[in-house]
Amino acid sequence: MPFIPHTEDDVTAMLAEIGVARIDELFDEIPAGLRTADLAGIPAGLSELELSQLLSARARADGQPLCFIGAGAYEHHIPAAVWQLTTRGEFYSAYTPYQAEASQGTLQVLYEFQSMMTALTGLAVSNASLYDGASALAEAVLMAVRANRQATSRRVLLPRTIHPAYRHVVQSICRQQEVELVEVAFDPETGQTSVAALEQAAAEPYTALVLPQPNFFGVLEDVHTLTDWAHRQQALVIGLVNPIALALLAPPGEWGDTGADIACGEGQPLGIPLASGGPYLGFLCCRQEHVRQLPGRIAGRTLDLDGKVGYTLTLQAREQHIRRSKATSNICTNQGLLVTAATIHMALLGTTGLERVAAACHANTSRLVELLTEIPGVVPRLTGPVFHEQVLRLPVPAAEVLRALAAHDLLGGYDLSQDYPELESAILVCATELRTEGDMVAYQEQLARIIAARG
Amino acid sequence: MLIHEQSRPGRRATAQAPLNQAATPGLPAALRRRTRAALPEVSELQAVRHYTRLSQKNFAIDTHFYPLGSCTMKYNPRACNSLASLPGFLARHPAAPPGHSQGILACLFELQELLKVVTGMHAVSLAPAAGAQGELAGVLMIRAYHDARGDHERREMLVPDAAHGTNPASAIMAGFAVREIPTGADGDVDLAALRAAVGPRTAGIMLTNPSTVGVFDRNIEAIAEVVHAAGGLLYYDGANLNAILGQVRPGDMGFDVIHMNLHKTFSTPHGGGGPGAGPVGVAAHLEPYLPVPLVVMDGANYRWHWEGERPQSIGRLTAFGGNIGILLRAYIYARLLGAEGMRRVGEYATLNANYLLARLRRAGFQPAYAQRRASHEFIITLKQEAKTFGVNAMDFAKRLLDYGFHAPTTYFPLLVPECLLIEPTESETREVLDAFAEAMIQIRAEAEREPETVRRAPHQLPVRRLDDVRAARQLDLAWQPPAD
Repeated sequence: MPFIPHTEDDVTAMLAEIGVARIDELFDEIPAGLRTADLAGIPAGLSELELSQLLSARARADGQPLCFIGAGAYEHHIPAAVWQLTTRGEFYSAYTPYQAEASQGTLQVLYEFQSMMTALTGLAVSNASLYDGASALAEAVLMAVRANRQATSRRVLLPRTIHPAYRHVVQSICRQQEVELVEVAFDPETGQTSVAALEQAAAEPYTALVLPQPNFFGVLEDVHTLTDWAHRQQALVIGLVNPIALALLAPPGEWGDTGADIACGEGQPLGIPLASGGPYLGFLCCRQEHVRQLPGRIAGRTLDLDGKVGYTLTLQAREQHIRRSKATSNICTNQGLLVTAATIHMALLGTTGLERVAAACHANTSRLVELLTEIPGVVPRLTGPVFHEQVLRLPVPAAEVLRALAAHDLLGGYDLSQDYPELESAILVCATELRTEGDMVAYQEQLARIIAARG
Repeated sequence: MLIHEQSRPGRRATAQAPLNQAATPGLPAALRRRTRAALPEVSELQAVRHYTRLSQKNFAIDTHFYPLGSCTMKYNPRACNSLASLPGFLARHPAAPPGHSQGILACLFELQELLKVVTGMHAVSLAPAAGAQGELAGVLMIRAYHDARGDHERREMLVPDAAHGTNPASAIMAGFAVREIPTGADGDVDLAALRAAVGPRTAGIMLTNPSTVGVFDRNIEAIAEVVHAAGGLLYYDGANLNAILGQVRPGDMGFDVIHMNLHKTFSTPHGGGGPGAGPVGVAAHLEPYLPVPLVVMDGANYRWHWEGERPQSIGRLTAFGGNIGILLRAYIYARLLGAEGMRRVGEYATLNANYLLARLRRAGFQPAYAQRRASHEFIITLKQEAKTFGVNAMDFAKRLLDYGFHAPTTYFPLLVPECLLIEPTESETREVLDAFAEAMIQIRAEAEREPETVRRAPHQLPVRRLDDVRAARQLDLAWQPPAD
């Protein structure tokens, strides 16, 4: 029997100890009329070999196209050691470290992760992760509403330069909590959040401003000016950031005169494979003064009976298993396994390694844009400075071009025409450190051919 | 020692990053970092040794019996990890077009179908990233259902006092007020109290069945009738689905909406506290509100349905359609089991729990619900031992660690004093269960003879009992570089 070790003798002896004749009797408290579980439609079990043949064929069917899509999920090199260590059974098959003495490995990893995230974001405190970047932003918004005691409203300014999927998620999660989300337009030339639009949105009181850096278009926002602007109006600032970019860019804790109050984002670029979009990990950091409003698990360093250093989950009075209906969030699970991978990834890369990855992504995307804009009619759509993604306008419909590229096993970018019709036929391209000069030239050749054929 | 404390300026794992630092003239000076981020600088061997050693400080299913109640710590088959990690699956970008997605979508579509059958629900969405997110999706759907009918007064969610803490917290996030329903002395929901509580404000009830006290609520049909007659909906918390897998289906019990914890029943890894996956299933009348995306079959091809195709959906809950790598592991597990294997899960999980309960009862431990069958888990109360020896449930739990067993869930549910909630799962041998029972007997003997040994346990672990009060009062949540 798969994964069940019982012999017939075991079963006999165990039933005798219980005092019943058959396993079936153990279900005798269930109303008989309900005991009809019909599993018709569930196939018979397969052996590991048979299943591996089936799954291998399916994995192969999806291919391994040359990928120039970013749009919130980024393909980076992952050192071999990261997942070899992460999938050790002691990490992989452990649970939430409720018994701290038997979970020092996981707890210390969480503490190291928190330490690394505070170093990257420049904020004092980090939690031990949330589900993903989008749900972390939703929690950050709810947290800001709780934390801003000077606020007279529950309005939060959400620039249109934020990932459309993230804005959807914030909407789904905050919808029933009387938080008003106000979209802020961007400057159609630069692709940056426009101060004019902000001024207009801020005509009514608001409690927090979300600032993406880089924004969904890859464009860098003027975070210093915007942070100071929001702070002057007693609003909190939530930075939505890419952890790789933070190796080179000013951390949220240093934005403007006093720094952002909260920072969150997607941790996937830190050693997590694309894997169709999950599991990833969201991170959430804040200033010390807001720590009690921070949702999710937090590991702390303390001492044991002998005065020896150890780690434990702390501030649990914020959480649902203690506070129930008065908790900061309903969140229970974090993304422990992904945190483990991200922590090992950051330890292996170190400060210098992460800086090199960030610089290589920036340089590759610049080079890709240079190559693609040699093609007549392909032009940068926005003028703002970028990190590792850029919006290009195409002379033919984007969807058509991307389909033609995909037919040649090349994913040319993210089609913006659905979410941003105002950008017309535009795609968002990304070239991480994985893309070679040869890859980029191949993209240029295919794109030139497709556009020429269409023209 | 922290990895940070092993760091030395100039030391690096050089092979892991690009060999050169590319120029970045495109990044404006004002937006750059002024000081470098203080990440550890260590060699590859240092990192590998450090994290290998840290792993060895964990208890895990692969190393220890882990009878944590309501957590279903069963064996995580290795094939689930290796097949979900095939290069084609790992490399797929979430925005890859349909032509590059048929393999993964076939797996997810079949998983949706499997889960529909096994739970008896009309439709399933795989989107929620964890159990608590599944709960939130479930109660948001209940809210959407009532709102769509113009039934705006239904703002009260009934939650039994034994429920997981996530239940009331999720109900609050969906904008409901929570009304607690007591549990009767026999472990079933107090029907009279329920009858008195329902009314025109009732949105629904959130139930776990078998409940967190480890018994199957015998009145489930009556509960469904009472709540439905009052115009409310029934929400099933799937935390304990392992107990009834292949035996009874929530859909047949009358539930309108459910969530499943695939990291429990479908054996995906707990990973030191996540990731999970919390798919939701619904009866036909809630189908329009399911969270997106859903995988649909469109002629011979599979594709996603997002907000555009499903305008009444409660929306999306993560950026890209959920914890797909975890869903894939659950799919693989389900295919390894097949229908027969699933039936056996419920049977043997229940057999193991009832056997361990019988062993402990024979040894003189007190079951919290002595007249009841155990489901896949059960509670013993150490009230007597605490009174007689001054050794409480937490002391027993910590001493069990010394004996090489992870502790059961302690002090939950809150309504049973000095409780241990014990869930052995189907994947453990009789020998392991016997050894656990023996350890409990030994510890009670120690409690009588040398209570300090138990009170000050554990003694054999990397650290001794930790000062949680200090951890909360003198917050130390991140390493700080030493001041020069």
